[in-house]
Amino acid sequence: MASASEIAIERDRADIRKRWLLSAPALFLIFIASTGPLFIVLVYSFLAPGNYGDVKWEFSTDAWVGVVLQRDIFDGTISLADAHLQIFLRSVKLSLATTVLTLAFGFPTAYFIATRPQKTQAFWLFLITIPFWTNLLIRTYAIQEVIRNEGIVNNVLLWLGLIDSPIQILYTDLAIAIGMVYVYLPLMVLPLYASMEKIDFRLVEAGYDLYATRFQVLRRIILPLVKPGVVAGSILVFIPSLGAYVTPRVLGGGRNLMFGNLIELQFGQGRNWPLGAALSLTLMVLVMIALLFYVRNFARAERRNG
Amino acid sequence: MAERTSGFVVNRQPGFATVAMICFFLLYLPIVTLVIYAFNANTSMAVWGGFSLRWFHQAWNNEQVIDASIRSLRIASVAAVIATICATMAALATTRTRPYRGLTAKYAFINQPLMVPEIVTAVALLIFFSRIKVATGYSGLGYLILAHTAFCIPFAYLPIRARLENMDLTLETAAADLYATPWKTFRRVTLPLLWPGILAGFMLAFVISLDDVVITEFVKSGGQDTLPTYMLGQLRRIVTPEMNAISTVFLLISVVIVTLFFLISRRRT
Repeated sequence: MASASEIAIERDRADIRKRWLLSAPALFLIFIASTGPLFIVLVYSFLAPGNYGDVKWEFSTDAWVGVVLQRDIFDGTISLADAHLQIFLRSVKLSLATTVLTLAFGFPTAYFIATRPQKTQAFWLFLITIPFWTNLLIRTYAIQEVIRNEGIVNNVLLWLGLIDSPIQILYTDLAIAIGMVYVYLPLMVLPLYASMEKIDFRLVEAGYDLYATRFQVLRRIILPLVKPGVVAGSILVFIPSLGAYVTPRVLGGGRNLMFGNLIELQFGQGRNWPLGAALSLTLMVLVMIALLFYVRNFARAERRNG
Repeated sequence: MAERTSGFVVNRQPGFATVAMICFFLLYLPIVTLVIYAFNANTSMAVWGGFSLRWFHQAWNNEQVIDASIRSLRIASVAAVIATICATMAALATTRTRPYRGLTAKYAFINQPLMVPEIVTAVALLIFFSRIKVATGYSGLGYLILAHTAFCIPFAYLPIRARLENMDLTLETAAADLYATPWKTFRRVTLPLLWPGILAGFMLAFVISLDDVVITEFVKSGGQDTLPTYMLGQLRRIVTPEMNAISTVFLLISVVIVTLFFLISRRRT
């Protein structure tokens, strides 16, 4: 005889089985076309490059060594791969610059939206979201048109008499930075807004009652309250910046490479798939470190809030 | 203006509104410029030559553009439909339950495409699919649809799950008490309530698929350009306002979908 509790357990089991079955198609598709292939990348990073792209099936750690070191073709001496390191450094530098700049612009903007009357907040948010959902390529192209030598920026500067001849912005690191700030700004504003919306402004009022200045209120009350939003926004901007491919390709003009373009190069002209695979995994590890940093910070903030 | 009369506005910070306005201005300046120059009669991008629709006309008669647009729409519709169905099932399986073994793993797995840089997934798929192409000889649109479906699932999943979490089980329990079969309960109670979430998820997936550049660029075989990869190729050359015309139409479609998405998800509350 099955007791009531046994029946309940059996029903629970059936429920969980059903839930696995229901999620199976999604899990299967993601495994086939996203997670699974990542393991193939891992395997490829330990093989030798083929002559015309693809790989030779022999074990080799050359690709991983090649990420940071290079062997001189003539005398075989080993040195740091300056070209790679330069690109890594540029990627990190530009991503950090993008994060700081989006924060500088995004923080006041998010605060502005969060302090609007309830009714108009949705409208301002909508204005932020529209560019975010329009095609990344179109936005990059739009920026390219604005900063061209004959573009609006240069024309306005010429008209104002600030410059005598157009300044070259396009195809420089500055162009990539401008483009990434433009493209990723909504990713900073949205999480910032989410955490600012929850601020209890009675705390701010209390601050003023205790003779705090505007700046002190901002630094000692608002900033600590929205720290999770700042961290979330920074991560959301930093990670795609680090792996950016389209923006540096269009605005960097093929000379100012970032990590993503270096990876692509190995599958195009470079014909070194294992090196491309190793570089991809290096990028992934960097991103994972950033994510872990976020999770740790987030967990700490949660604990503090109770 | 009621805030002003009280003299001291608690939530004001000096300069913030100004920066916000500059921000909105800079956000829209490039897009608006791009749209205006789509109507430029001149071939040169620099000089305004009067209002004209010639570039829209030219784009419309450009076989490659039309071809790429149709391909984009085909991939996006198929991928978004499959992704939405899978995401709905997955959302039903992962919400409104006590935590069970593997639940957290499922979350992580479903969101995995969001956590890896797109370029890495693109490279992984290039390697994987090139093997399969050699092995099977098939090089149709299936690869692109499969790739798009996979990265659309997490986007479709988010609004559907959010909607489900705001629905309690009372109505479903009531239906079951009234002898509705599980399927009937789902069709008549769960699905109608969930519908706005599903629609929002579908639109999100559709836009995400339509916008994709990187993964498509790496996965596509010859002659399989979508509109974004076609545009990426064109940007290497000297561009004419035809590019602006194409972008303007594309923008319009995105804006319409996003507006609908906003209206649908706002009805939730």
